[in-house]
Amino acid sequence: MSARATERKGRGGAAFGAKRALARAIGAASRRSGRGGGTTLPGRVLLRMEPEAIAVLAARKLRGGATIVSATNGKTTTAGMIAAILAAEGRPPVHNRAGSNMTWGVATALLEQRGAEGLFEVDEAWLPRVAQQLEPRLIVLGNLFRDQLDRYGEMEALAEEWAKALAVAPAATGLVLNADDPLIADLGRDPDTERPREGVLYFGIEDHSQALPELQHAFDAKHCRRCGHPYAYEVAFVGHLGHYSCPNCGAERPRPEVVATRIELRGMEGSAATVRVPGGEIEVELPLPGLYNVYNALAAIAAALKLGVEAERAAAALGGMRAAFGRVETIPVGGASVSILLIKNPAGANEVLRTLKLEAERPPSQVRSQLPTTVVGNCERTGGGAGIDLWIALNDRIADGRDVSWVWDADFEVLTGAVRRVTCSGTRAPEMALRLKYAGWPVDRVAVEPDIAASLDAAVGASPGRLFALPTYTALLELRKLLADRGLAKEFWQ
Amino acid sequence: MELRVLSLYPEQMNIYADRGNILFLRRRCEWRQIGFEWRGAGPGESVDPAEHDLFYIGGGQDRDQRVVAADMVETKRLALAAAVEDGAALLAVCGGYQLLGESYQLGAETLPGLGLADLRTVREEGPRLIGNVAIETELGGEKRLLAGFENHGGRTYLGSGARPLGRVVPGHGHGNNGDDGFEGVWEKNVVGTYLHGPLLPKNAWLADHLIELALERRCGERPRLEPLPDELERAAHASARAAAGV
Repeated sequence: MSARATERKGRGGAAFGAKRALARAIGAASRRSGRGGGTTLPGRVLLRMEPEAIAVLAARKLRGGATIVSATNGKTTTAGMIAAILAAEGRPPVHNRAGSNMTWGVATALLEQRGAEGLFEVDEAWLPRVAQQLEPRLIVLGNLFRDQLDRYGEMEALAEEWAKALAVAPAATGLVLNADDPLIADLGRDPDTERPREGVLYFGIEDHSQALPELQHAFDAKHCRRCGHPYAYEVAFVGHLGHYSCPNCGAERPRPEVVATRIELRGMEGSAATVRVPGGEIEVELPLPGLYNVYNALAAIAAALKLGVEAERAAAALGGMRAAFGRVETIPVGGASVSILLIKNPAGANEVLRTLKLEAERPPSQVRSQLPTTVVGNCERTGGGAGIDLWIALNDRIADGRDVSWVWDADFEVLTGAVRRVTCSGTRAPEMALRLKYAGWPVDRVAVEPDIAASLDAAVGASPGRLFALPTYTALLELRKLLADRGLAKEFWQ
Repeated sequence: MELRVLSLYPEQMNIYADRGNILFLRRRCEWRQIGFEWRGAGPGESVDPAEHDLFYIGGGQDRDQRVVAADMVETKRLALAAAVEDGAALLAVCGGYQLLGESYQLGAETLPGLGLADLRTVREEGPRLIGNVAIETELGGEKRLLAGFENHGGRTYLGSGARPLGRVVPGHGHGNNGDDGFEGVWEKNVVGTYLHGPLLPKNAWLADHLIELALERRCGERPRLEPLPDELERAAHASARAAAGV
């Protein structure tokens, strides 16, 4: 234990114990009152009384150290994967699993959960502060995409903040970094010596059959972090994640040691991948759709290796897991089965649209075989036109980003001609519908109903079996609450 | 009839989904059987002032803005000035708007500008000006409302010879500098504004006005644009207005 940690551990004494007890009691009362918010309130209260509470609690509790996961897209899922892997090892971590990822969410998890190891997904903007408090043994960084510019600012500025945070982190801090994201990969370089940092494990994809046919519009990391010259891309897989080099200064994608060499995507059903790891090769069956989840799985496997878990055992745990809250889940509503896929920024939305495109192209028999029989019956009875059914809820609350410009950066054109009916909902529903009109979706297939409950009922009523629900973050919370109130799903903080 | 659009630095200046504006113009021309030609001009590429009637420049990160400012002054400034003098329309949004003036003081650095409008921009201490915004403008001859979203660290000050695009509806946005109540600039057929990214989809009337101006330059007279079934466009405008609290 470092001198700093020892000092933190000793801090507070009896006074700290009293503050902790009070914060816990407030959390319990809040949950009993049924108003929700139990995932953050105790932490908020404690941090107000004791700003260094995270450091103190971590030093006392987390003998096995802490792991931090951050990224624009996939941090909840990646952390969920690592949690599943650790749980299978008999090491269930203290984990902010409900996705409350600012300081108060971390503090609440530390207050209320048992465990000798910590696992925290952390909001991009809060990473420096939380890392400084936690002194984690491992930091896992997945990607940086343009997202909520009104809240985070420009990505390059965010990458700079992360670089500063890593520069002051203890030298022993392990890093798992995405080799395919140039903004992330470059964080593995020691800014003083210009040499690779110690303790970095890179992951990446090397299956060219998964390449995008062309670079997407929402293409973010254009300029070399070292010299400012535009990168040259040999191949891109998701947004700007791919194989790149700088023609000017020669900066290159690092050679990753955890590599997906063969990937098979199976629509909503999931995917399979062959993954090369140091000293061998493993087969991973992933019950989550899309190439973006392959990236999340690679990050989780690399993290597992860093945390002393064998790759085969990590892969087995991944095969048995289900999606993180609201990232991909299927819930029966009325006669339909509703699959929920979070959308919140162009890169993430593009991957969801790409997965749905695969789903729309699958022969109907293949789709039906996976649905419960009641739904199959419904499907045959209702029939009704080709294409998939969608419900898209665009909210503009603070946690979504107040600025909804991003819907014009996402490639909704991918699904033009593949949609039978779409219902647009949320606080900015008409603007969502307008985007779809200009993507070439026939307006007579686009309905607008801002109210979440009314629009969901309308969409379910008009859906012949399967409905894909694409909410932004706070719309997802509303949807989840609605389904919980109807007894169809658990509330996420339970 | 054909609308000829040139986007300036589409690879660099596109941060807030600026392509939504181009898509919006394209579809509204197609639906009216008006031809639509689009090109981009990147670093080092020259511009023929006679070839395009509507010029567009969007927003970008600081780094991109630096690259673009120097290149634009070197390779495109004279052609753009000639096109504007000849009646071409130019829409400059956010970072692009900041480059319309004489200069942009970005920290210790002074970025050169196009000099197409009497304004200067400085990056002052203080928070970024962020949020939904509504402005009143008389662009196009009648009193209209523009709704959108602004997010800028720079503060823009108009010179005595410059006409603002409009006034921020008091209490509903920041505008050029959060201080004098003005928003944007309007000079000949040049429109500069902090209402960023896809502002045309939120304000279909502005898109149609720009199409008219550009076609007028090409054909010598102002065309009459066929009205379109704009129910969703009107609903989106109302939604953006409501977000700004107006």
